Amino acid sequence: MTVFMPTTLTEALEIRCAEDATPMAGGTDLLVHWPEQLERHDRDYLDLWGLDELRRIEWSDDMLELGALTTYWDVVTDARVGAAFPLLVDAARQVGAVQIQARGTWAGNIANGSPAADGVPVLMAYGGTVVVASSEGHREVPLERFYSGYKEMDLTPDELIVAIRIPRRTYRHQRFIKVGLRRAQAIAKVGAAMVSNGSGWRVVASSVAPTIRRCPTIEARISNGQPLGSPDDLLPAIRTDVSPIDDLRSTAAYREQVMSRVLYYAIEEMNHR
Amino acid sequence: MVADSVPPMNRSPIDVAFTLNGLEVAISIDPAERLLDTLRYRLGMTGTKEGCGEGECGACTVHVDGIPVNSCLIPTYQMRGTRVRTVESIDPADVSALLGSGATQCGACTPGVVMTAVWVWEHPELLESHTLRQLMAGNLCRCTGYDGIIAGVGQTLEENGR
Repeated sequence: MTVFMPTTLTEALEIRCAEDATPMAGGTDLLVHWPEQLERHDRDYLDLWGLDELRRIEWSDDMLELGALTTYWDVVTDARVGAAFPLLVDAARQVGAVQIQARGTWAGNIANGSPAADGVPVLMAYGGTVVVASSEGHREVPLERFYSGYKEMDLTPDELIVAIRIPRRTYRHQRFIKVGLRRAQAIAKVGAAMVSNGSGWRVVASSVAPTIRRCPTIEARISNGQPLGSPDDLLPAIRTDVSPIDDLRSTAAYREQVMSRVLYYAIEEMNHR
Repeated sequence: MVADSVPPMNRSPIDVAFTLNGLEVAISIDPAERLLDTLRYRLGMTGTKEGCGEGECGACTVHVDGIPVNSCLIPTYQMRGTRVRTVESIDPADVSALLGSGATQCGACTPGVVMTAVWVWEHPELLESHTLRQLMAGNLCRCTGYDGIIAGVGQTLEENGR
């Protein structure tokens, strides 16, 4: 195990290109059960934690940009972010407790590629984009097109995620939903992030497909003006958009059932407010 | 004091310097070493406990640059230039409310609970946006049912004028 510890992004990108080293930010995913994960001890790592230039929250007229080392806690404690993008704070506050929030990064959540991520759904609902860089330059990918399969993403071995951009838009309704085993310290069994600008919805589902994903059929069903009579009216659209499985945290049947109900009651509540 | 069970170093060591409870520490560590193991086995700070090893239980909570973190999820090489604080730095008199309220039984979670509690006491402004239970949610306890912990943390906040 060799650890590369660059102090500038330029240097980090050169190492990323030359070495087969796993990028590491706060370590909250990579170090889980570390003593037993012997195969991880044989890898090399690219330690990003010293790259202070990636530790920033910047505003422009049309967007918010989070540097790749922005942690959940950075967002929880930033009142301006909370006012403009309340779902970011809602989601960040449900990623473990302060101990994880202080180390876990938004970009790490994207790069880890878990279908049960909490940060990715809200970024995707807000239309966020991923800025990736290599020694050759930068490119920007919409988060909703970033994943192609379970832990598969549009990131080449010489690239690093350097920032996340979130367009500043006006929303009438916004909601983050996370259903876990308990309210704190749990991983999502079912999750959703949804926003509406008054004329249409964006709905993103988590823990019910190989990736976090947008749900165009559900969006069309709840935006078409036909009222929903019951949660079951959402099931056909849910079955079109997602494919939940049985795993250690839940069952496909439970996930489908609960997804229909949390979406239905969230929409009912928001429409009557 | 260094325990016998320092992991054998079969890789090139990394030099790391940080402050531990206010004292300068400069050591060579195995790159695969977690902060938790460096504290316990290399530096003899066995007050910090290992619980789940996956960042859920909070038994290994220490402060890095003033904020609680799980030392089981941190590679020690990331500690260069930081301030690390462990339960050994805490004056027992400052946590007496936790004893009086029944916040500790078997004791496995207690060092972590104490470290999060100290952080809350140092940052009472967090109660404007969080409940005490939310702030303490990263420390699991299987004995007390939490009421004693919350009562003890709350009592000290009141004594401090919050």
